[in-house]
Amino acid sequence: MENKGLSLKKKPTSSRALFDSFWTGIASLCMIVTLIPLFAVLIFVGLQGFRQINLDLFTQLPPPPGLSEGGIANAIIGTLITVTIGAIISVPFGVLAAVYLSEFSRDNQVAKWVRFATNVLSGVPSIIAGVFAYGLLVATGIVGFSAIAGGVALAVLMLPTIVRTTDEALQIVPQDVRWAAFGIGAYNYQTVLKVVLPAAIPSILTGVTLAIARAAGETAPLIFTALYSNFWPSPPPKGFLEPIATLSVLVYNYAIVPFKPQQELAWAGSLILVLLVLITSVTARLATRQKTY
Amino acid sequence: MEKTVDNWFIWLTLAFALGIGLILISIAFIIAWRAWPAIQEYGLSFLFSSSWNPVKGREQYGALPVIYGTLVSSLISLVIAVPLGIGTAIFLSENFIPLKFRTPLVFLVELLAAIPSVVYGLWGIFVLIPVVQPLAMWLHNNFGWIPLFSTPPAGGPGMFPAGIVLSIMILPIITAISRDSLAALPPDLRQASLGLGATRWETIFRVLIPAAFSGIVGGIMLALGRAMGETMAVTMIIGNVNRISISILEPANTISSLIANQFAEASGMQVAALMYAGLVLMLLTLVVNIAADYIVSQVRAKY
Repeated sequence: MENKGLSLKKKPTSSRALFDSFWTGIASLCMIVTLIPLFAVLIFVGLQGFRQINLDLFTQLPPPPGLSEGGIANAIIGTLITVTIGAIISVPFGVLAAVYLSEFSRDNQVAKWVRFATNVLSGVPSIIAGVFAYGLLVATGIVGFSAIAGGVALAVLMLPTIVRTTDEALQIVPQDVRWAAFGIGAYNYQTVLKVVLPAAIPSILTGVTLAIARAAGETAPLIFTALYSNFWPSPPPKGFLEPIATLSVLVYNYAIVPFKPQQELAWAGSLILVLLVLITSVTARLATRQKTY
Repeated sequence: MEKTVDNWFIWLTLAFALGIGLILISIAFIIAWRAWPAIQEYGLSFLFSSSWNPVKGREQYGALPVIYGTLVSSLISLVIAVPLGIGTAIFLSENFIPLKFRTPLVFLVELLAAIPSVVYGLWGIFVLIPVVQPLAMWLHNNFGWIPLFSTPPAGGPGMFPAGIVLSIMILPIITAISRDSLAALPPDLRQASLGLGATRWETIFRVLIPAAFSGIVGGIMLALGRAMGETMAVTMIIGNVNRISISILEPANTISSLIANQFAEASGMQVAALMYAGLVLMLLTLVVNIAADYIVSQVRAKY
């Protein structure tokens, strides 16, 4: 008698096997559909953007509406300035806060609440960060529409990322390293500043770089804090206190005007932003693969 | 001396840690403070009235259409992104393909989240809207009897393409968190189910998804919070019309788009009204995010 019922082989046409293949097909389809927009965006931004890449793009001001030629140099400089201001505020703030969380808090109640606040802050919509910076700095007249106001808004958005990545980076540093430092008589601050932080620097830098790339693409918080300008930024310190162009706001402004040359500049700006994100993400990927300890 | 420096250093780091909470509180406080004139003038009726008239002397502000638009555009995005995201998460967490191929795929999905919103907006205007237009026409022609598709598409911006762009932007969150929740399940569960003779998909449907359910729900909530706050891509393709329409083929508006569009040129009571709308948005996203945070943390505690 054949023991076909006891065979360990799966029959590919049994209803259960068909059910399995069907859902495997659906899951693969989901994967493909998810990736379509990514490639569609990359291809279109690549095709439309690369055509505009030339020296003028990086050295010239944008042309008046309807005219062609010109570049987006002022917006590139403006993005550098606002993002730098954001980083100057958020990096020391975030790193020191993370030092407390990982080194001194011993996971007490305060640390629990601070980590919770960090999570909540990372969920705050980016436009709310802009409204906050406006209400704090512009509406009160402390500074006008300016690179500083924009930088503060970006700092709010960068802070949670920096706290989280630094916190994680510090916790990976082995306890032995701290004990060794304490053992030779180092104080807490010496241990942290000279031993623990340097050991975690590569991971912290990765987090900071990702936060910077993210901030460079942020638009919503900038449209009513940094505003926009068609001209070169003034030399500092005046330049920090005036409205300033940024790449992301340029893309927004030029995407919705009916002039072809402006739209082309918007694609070029998008390409630069996408390349920035791509390059930082890939480098971060490669960098975190090498462990320091 | 050294001891004092040391104490100061610890206090300094504590101050910065507490500063994060302070920032959060001051965001709420400053927006509420700036919104105060509008809160006093319109009270809660702001949430339920529909006119938005910034003309001096006849000013009237109500946020119902934008609150409606925020909720509906987020719901559309969830309807599209939830099945896709969970399907992708299953594909990436179970052993369908070798790890060698899975790692780059996970990275690509994450990349989807990193592309700036404004780039999606530009792409949406010039690529997505023309592609979606025939689909919208088809929906209207064949399903026009459903109120959701009752008006012919105006040819261009609207709630429908905005919902699609939002779904693209929240897909990575749903995928990442569902994948984490599935991957965090103890291998015993899987082995026990397979050992009882269940097939791979029987295991997924009857054991893994129920076990990871709360984590997946947490991820969906987080995505909802993101969708409600998302600004640029939506602003560029939703049409910015302050009107409630059942048909999703019509242009609409969201809270964040309203703020993005009007804030830079607003003055007086309009600023207060926009701040009030911002406060509503902040409260909405806070509630959703805190709930999501709670659900996700419960899951970690479970296993």
